[in-house]
Amino acid sequence: MAIQVLTGNYSVALAAKLARVDVVAAYPITPQTSIVEKLSEYIEKGELDAKMIRVESEHSALAATFGAALAGARAFTATSSHGLLYMHEWVHWVSRARVPVVMAIVTRTIGTPWNIWPDHGDFMDQRDAGWIMSFGMDNQEILDLTLQAFKISEDPRVYLPVMVGLEGFILGHTSMPVDVPDQKLVDEWLGPRRQGYVIDGSEPLALGNLAWPEDTEEFFMDIQESMEEAKKVIKEVDKEYGRIFGREYGGLIEYYRCSDAKYIMVSMGAWSGDLKEAINLLRDNGYPVGLARIRYFRPFPDKEIYEVIRGAKGVIVFDRAISFGSMGPLFMDLVANTLKHTRRISVIQNIVAGIGGVNITYTDFTGLIKDFISIIESGGEPPVFKWYHRR
Amino acid sequence: MVEPLHIRMRNTIMSGDAACPGCPIPLGLKVVGAVFGNKVILVIPACCTSVVMGAWPGNGFNGSVIHVAFASAAAVASGIAEALEKRGIRDTQVIAWAGDGGTADIGMASLSGAAERNENFIYIMYDNEAYMNTGIQRSSSTPYGAWTTTTPVIGKREHKKDVARIMIAHGVPYVATASIAYPHDFEAKLRRAAKIRGFKFIHLHAPCPVGWRFDPGLTIKVAKLAVETGMWILYEYYEGRLRLSGPSRPYIDESKRKLIIEYLKLQGRFRRITDKEVLEIETYVKQAWDWVKKHM
Repeated sequence: MAIQVLTGNYSVALAAKLARVDVVAAYPITPQTSIVEKLSEYIEKGELDAKMIRVESEHSALAATFGAALAGARAFTATSSHGLLYMHEWVHWVSRARVPVVMAIVTRTIGTPWNIWPDHGDFMDQRDAGWIMSFGMDNQEILDLTLQAFKISEDPRVYLPVMVGLEGFILGHTSMPVDVPDQKLVDEWLGPRRQGYVIDGSEPLALGNLAWPEDTEEFFMDIQESMEEAKKVIKEVDKEYGRIFGREYGGLIEYYRCSDAKYIMVSMGAWSGDLKEAINLLRDNGYPVGLARIRYFRPFPDKEIYEVIRGAKGVIVFDRAISFGSMGPLFMDLVANTLKHTRRISVIQNIVAGIGGVNITYTDFTGLIKDFISIIESGGEPPVFKWYHRR
Repeated sequence: MVEPLHIRMRNTIMSGDAACPGCPIPLGLKVVGAVFGNKVILVIPACCTSVVMGAWPGNGFNGSVIHVAFASAAAVASGIAEALEKRGIRDTQVIAWAGDGGTADIGMASLSGAAERNENFIYIMYDNEAYMNTGIQRSSSTPYGAWTTTTPVIGKREHKKDVARIMIAHGVPYVATASIAYPHDFEAKLRRAAKIRGFKFIHLHAPCPVGWRFDPGLTIKVAKLAVETGMWILYEYYEGRLRLSGPSRPYIDESKRKLIIEYLKLQGRFRRITDKEVLEIETYVKQAWDWVKKHM
């Protein structure tokens, strides 16, 4: 293992290289571009023995990735924002075909207006598509998540594609020290490509013929079951990875100062780092606060969330995306999934913020958390929904 | 000794395929099967063949079939071809098999991309000259004057998009036109294409009795008339030169061609065509031949 200073995007590219991907098909888009540039460089320099398909669009990027994966290659792609929306048809197609594929999503606000700064709108737009959806907090975790994505995707209990989210610029273009695993250890741990079926001419096989409603529904029910299985696999892989490479994150959720916390914050992505700062600051001032950071949005960690919030006096869910006309998607999922385990939910608030790339710092978080706690402690009821905006 | 084509065409399309009576699709696919056996992967976007292949768990073709999203046949075929190459698999032919909508219209960008990258597979556009699977709506490949359900009163005002010529302009190593009425010619073209590395495009004329409004017993007759009237010209283009194919050779001489009206009058879609419109089609055909002669 060796420490390298890497941007989030280069961490993704390096993870794909460590996984020895066979085929990459990608189309440039800000802020994803440096991933495909780096992979092209690896391939042209002969450092990575892979085929690069420089497609004419994102729709074709995922279509070609799918074709390669189907034909037995370990295949990878990456995109952002409008590129992701343009390939959305294929996002569904890949998971419904049960083909293991890994894709990095370097998040960026959806237009119009044109905006290159990150929120989670593009990532959240894929939530019903049958992919395992993970999201990192720093570049180390991005490398680890990307590498683990191959292992999870190719697990026979799962056989579903995996996307890894990271904010553009905040992580994508910011350099941090990253502990890079040893190639030999990665090879031993990851092993050769595994998939449910291969279409490579070795035997006649048909995929995707018209299926009657009952058959179709059963295919989709199986995806739902595999999502449940994936929860176990994700935890196993996290533990195993920790044993071999020295970093374990807690599985579907990272718990930060939660054990004695009376107020639980829930978030996802890079701003969780700022949230941790805020929590440390508040702890220093006697506030019993903790953070449950969502690492996997699909499958949704319903049981884990329930267990961490059930004793809490109050919960705030921070969303960096908005479902217009409703609320933040993380909040909606959290509330709905908690109902599987209890009918009683603590005082809960959804704060939507950082939309369009508006910068949110630990001082914002500190203020928001203090307001929330003071309302509850004085016997009041904080508003369930709040769109926090500042200039 | 190689068996005759009609013998080898047997058992390539399974009984119980879901084609309409007189459908040209199984005819074309039988030739593909005769050439490649089951060492073939067909990539099929949304089109009539999506239905013709039959319902899961059945499969109408004795080979591998991958049904894909509408705009993506060339992109998926690219991915498969690259993966097979990476894995050192050389005995399997990748073929994108797409209709005129999935090729000339919604699939044009991915087709152009794969052609420009010179991906190693054969793209076959079977051209029934409208969106037949959704019920006979016009495509850019529908000929001038034809009735469709989206040109229901006046008929199409624009001429057919010439996709083979667009592919030639891409500089790919092999482009050909073919017709389901001439299976031996189609076979020879598939064989030549299979030997060439890189992107190969075959534009297969495929008359549709349902959409063109003719008797299902006349599919071959209509397809032949397209060639005999000079409406559809069979050729190959490789190594920088166009070669007129056998069935079309006599018709370089205009006097040998049958009258275009003979082709049109068999088809209900041209029922309301005027003399002026026939003249317009004749001018279009003349220009097509002028272009062919110039590039021979």
